[in-house]
Amino acid sequence: MLHIYCPYCEEHREEEEFHAKGEAHIARPADPDNTTDTEWGDYLYFRKNPRGLHHEMWVHALGCRKFFNVTRHTVTYEILETYKMGEQPTQGADA
Amino acid sequence: MQRYSGFGLVKHALDHHENWQRIWRNPKPKDHYDVIIVGGGGHGLATAYYLAKEHGITNVAVIEKGFLGGGNTGRNTTIVRSNYLWDEAAHLYEHAMKLWEGLSQDLNYNVMFSQRGVLNLGHNLQDMRDIQRRVNANRLNGIDSEVLDTQGVQEIVPHMDCSPNTRYPVLGASWQPRAGVARHDAVAWGFARAADAMGVDLIQQTEVVDLIVEDGGIVGVETKQHGTIKAGKVGCVVAGNSGVLAKMGGFRLPLESHPLQALVSEPIKPILDTVVMSNAVHGYVSQSDKGDLVIGAGIDGYNGYGQRGSYPTIEHTLQAIVELFPIFSRVRMNRQWGGIVDTCPDACPILSKTPVENLFFNCGWGTGGFKATPGSGHVFAASLAKGEMHPLAAPFSIDRFHTGALVDEHGAAGVAH
Repeated sequence: MLHIYCPYCEEHREEEEFHAKGEAHIARPADPDNTTDTEWGDYLYFRKNPRGLHHEMWVHALGCRKFFNVTRHTVTYEILETYKMGEQPTQGADA
Repeated sequence: MQRYSGFGLVKHALDHHENWQRIWRNPKPKDHYDVIIVGGGGHGLATAYYLAKEHGITNVAVIEKGFLGGGNTGRNTTIVRSNYLWDEAAHLYEHAMKLWEGLSQDLNYNVMFSQRGVLNLGHNLQDMRDIQRRVNANRLNGIDSEVLDTQGVQEIVPHMDCSPNTRYPVLGASWQPRAGVARHDAVAWGFARAADAMGVDLIQQTEVVDLIVEDGGIVGVETKQHGTIKAGKVGCVVAGNSGVLAKMGGFRLPLESHPLQALVSEPIKPILDTVVMSNAVHGYVSQSDKGDLVIGAGIDGYNGYGQRGSYPTIEHTLQAIVELFPIFSRVRMNRQWGGIVDTCPDACPILSKTPVENLFFNCGWGTGGFKATPGSGHVFAASLAKGEMHPLAAPFSIDRFHTGALVDEHGAAGVAH
């Protein structure tokens, strides 16, 4: 079971309190009315899905109910860091 | 290829079963193939088989980084059904179902396909409305499907708790009598043996580390163990690792890889002669010929390639099973494992050309690929042979994520994701 540090509660809690919410740092197109179908499809559906370090969003559903970001390895499942929304990761390729 | 028969079994018994032929060769790879299939699971092997059988293309290699059928083919819960809602998906899975029905004879290999029926339970009024809609859609597509009420379900599965006093009472189910289970390993081995007999090279323990692209077209693959192998066409059938191969080809896929766990119990006497699935309490169970209960449920919510999952998921799965079958509460679980499923946003597969010419992908089967194995191989082989997607595969192009023509099968998929 993953043991996840919530950066808002400032405590480690068990995985069952959290839900994974997929890839982090996906920017909504700034001008949705003028995006092409390709850009919009990429934004909605296409993901990095790396085999290695992954920046992803989690929500502390049974705790503070806040969203935050996690840098986690998708093979070892090791969590390298958690950080608040709006902050940038310090680990990983696009850190 | 030595044909298997009852007579052959008796004959080999006379010399103490010491002279059986090896069921496939273990060849050194050639420098060039007409078609390379990356991934030696059920779908890849089926593709190679139908390429040789239906299209006469036998200069084919299947390249597998581990051993044949060692990925999701050997890790699933072996359920075969075709009761999907939308025409596109229903036609594809029903095509597979029809191939399943003659598969053992076709391959001369017993895949132990047992049409014991599948129940998809409904636990509330909306479930039942959705079931009625799906059953009607199935019947319009010529797929056998019925709506059962509580009594009808109880008659088929007398050990299930169908009383009104449960937390999630069973109000009814959809019932597909032609659905069932098959022996997963035998499917991979049967396709491998039959493909090998027609000249397909099965190359195991060989990992593809790069796709070689020249002028926008694929010309071969780079392997870790055997260097460069050239090819006219390449088909990637690598499930959870599809995203990794797509990256080698320089494009992205709308897939996310998740661990999906399953478990089997200790063997017990025959108690369940059908397959029970429930989306609402979220679990599914059947009993294998060996006697173990084969149990599965939801994916782990996070992305992962680790071929293992979290304990909370196992706990939720077993809660659901015990909710349905209180009689199983003291059955001990024997083994548990995880596979990596490549889930698509619309719970439907991708059978598609790619931005790289002559490179084809067959992926995104997510949590429900096993049931489609022969059908997937059949239409993918036709697509590779002709260079144009087979009509049954055409709606499952990658383009649908840009045009918006998704085929949303989350309701008929057995696993929520």
